[in-house]
Amino acid sequence: MTEITLTVNGQLQTVDLPSMKRLLDVLREDLGLTGAKEGCGEGECGSCSVLMDGELVNSCLVPALQAEGAHITTIEGLSPETTAPLHPIQQCFLEHGGAQCGICTPGMILATHHLLAKHPQPTMEEIQEGLAGNLCRCTGYMRIFEAVEQAAKASAESTP
Amino acid sequence: MRSNVHDFSLVAPPTLSEALKLLASDPALTPIAGGTELMVALSAGRLPQRQLLSLHQVRELRFIHANPETIVLGAGTTFTDIRRHEAIAEDLPLLTAAASWTGSIANQNRGTLGGNIVNASPAADTPPALLAYGATLTLISSAGMRTMPYGMFHLSYKKTALAPDELLYSVTVPRRSPGYRSYIRKVGTRNAQAISKVAIAALAKIEDGIIADVRIGAASLRETPVRCAATEKALTGQTISAAELPRLVAAASSALASEAKPVDDIRSTAKYRAAVAANLIEEFLEQLATSG
Repeated sequence: MTEITLTVNGQLQTVDLPSMKRLLDVLREDLGLTGAKEGCGEGECGSCSVLMDGELVNSCLVPALQAEGAHITTIEGLSPETTAPLHPIQQCFLEHGGAQCGICTPGMILATHHLLAKHPQPTMEEIQEGLAGNLCRCTGYMRIFEAVEQAAKASAESTP
Repeated sequence: MRSNVHDFSLVAPPTLSEALKLLASDPALTPIAGGTELMVALSAGRLPQRQLLSLHQVRELRFIHANPETIVLGAGTTFTDIRRHEAIAEDLPLLTAAASWTGSIANQNRGTLGGNIVNASPAADTPPALLAYGATLTLISSAGMRTMPYGMFHLSYKKTALAPDELLYSVTVPRRSPGYRSYIRKVGTRNAQAISKVAIAALAKIEDGIIADVRIGAASLRETPVRCAATEKALTGQTISAAELPRLVAAASSALASEAKPVDDIRSTAKYRAAVAANLIEEFLEQLATSG
């Protein structure tokens, strides 16, 4: 067992666990954060997406020890304040029907967050590429793309 | 069946010299960088290696140096690092293109150039471009460094020239010489995320309507990534023009058929791969003929 310290959603956490345990399992089992989902377990579906030091990663492919000292953001920590329970991206997914069964949704929203950080006003092609690693079997993607477009618009309007 | 993570150990030395020392004392250690290959095997319960050596935290392996004649990429360079580098986009567009279609954005944020090479998959995305560009590898151990042409690195299926106590340190790619034109295309099930059924990266220099030099790298045509030497030979010194195109395509296809040994597997068939590879070479030659 190895002691690992990492920051998750702004909180410093120290956990004692096998060094090769998957970050996804650390989040779900050791820290009780079940927002990140397991779909394929092989980096194809994006359901387990989290932000690691600001970059989108598949948490099923990160060994725990490599997260030592890292800053992790999961869907539970995306909304910055308790007074606004939903992040604007989450609100747009809600309003545009961008979520159905919900398994892909946390990953879709974190991938959208990562996309908009790099491309605040993305083209449709950039949206499609940015979400290409996140599979959804319910929506047919159109409503997700609409939600992302709306989130980009909302973000532009709220920026002075 | 999922692996039991208690059966595995991972060490994460902070520096390259400590990593090399550990590897020298225990060559059974398996290096792991971004985990986009080995962690998949772990999840699926088919990772035979039990003791792993993390390279993710070794900062000395993650760099891109743009020199006047070459661009040198540390083995720990991620695909995202490659895509964001302007000098690579300008002078090594085949490498930027290959990085752009390696896995998804999340995979590109973690996966490394070194891992793509050392994992030695015949279907890997960057090798055809690196072969066409004539890249050189620098290998390092606690005993020192050595360099070798990348074309000599792959020995047979998943077997490389890397010694058990060595790591891939860096990849040196000559910057584009003037007058070369380039082509790259990957054929997979979908544009994003797919592993290639077949891929071709090629460079050619045309002088006075003659193919003066041509270099073709391919994925999924043999048991390792390869240069298509016979096809290159069949094309070198030939006249390239719209009128000559059918003859040239026939000569290239026949040479390619002599050296391609594709296989049937879950992603495609040997027959399909051979046919598509010939079509890609034809498309490359068409572009050379029409653009002058």
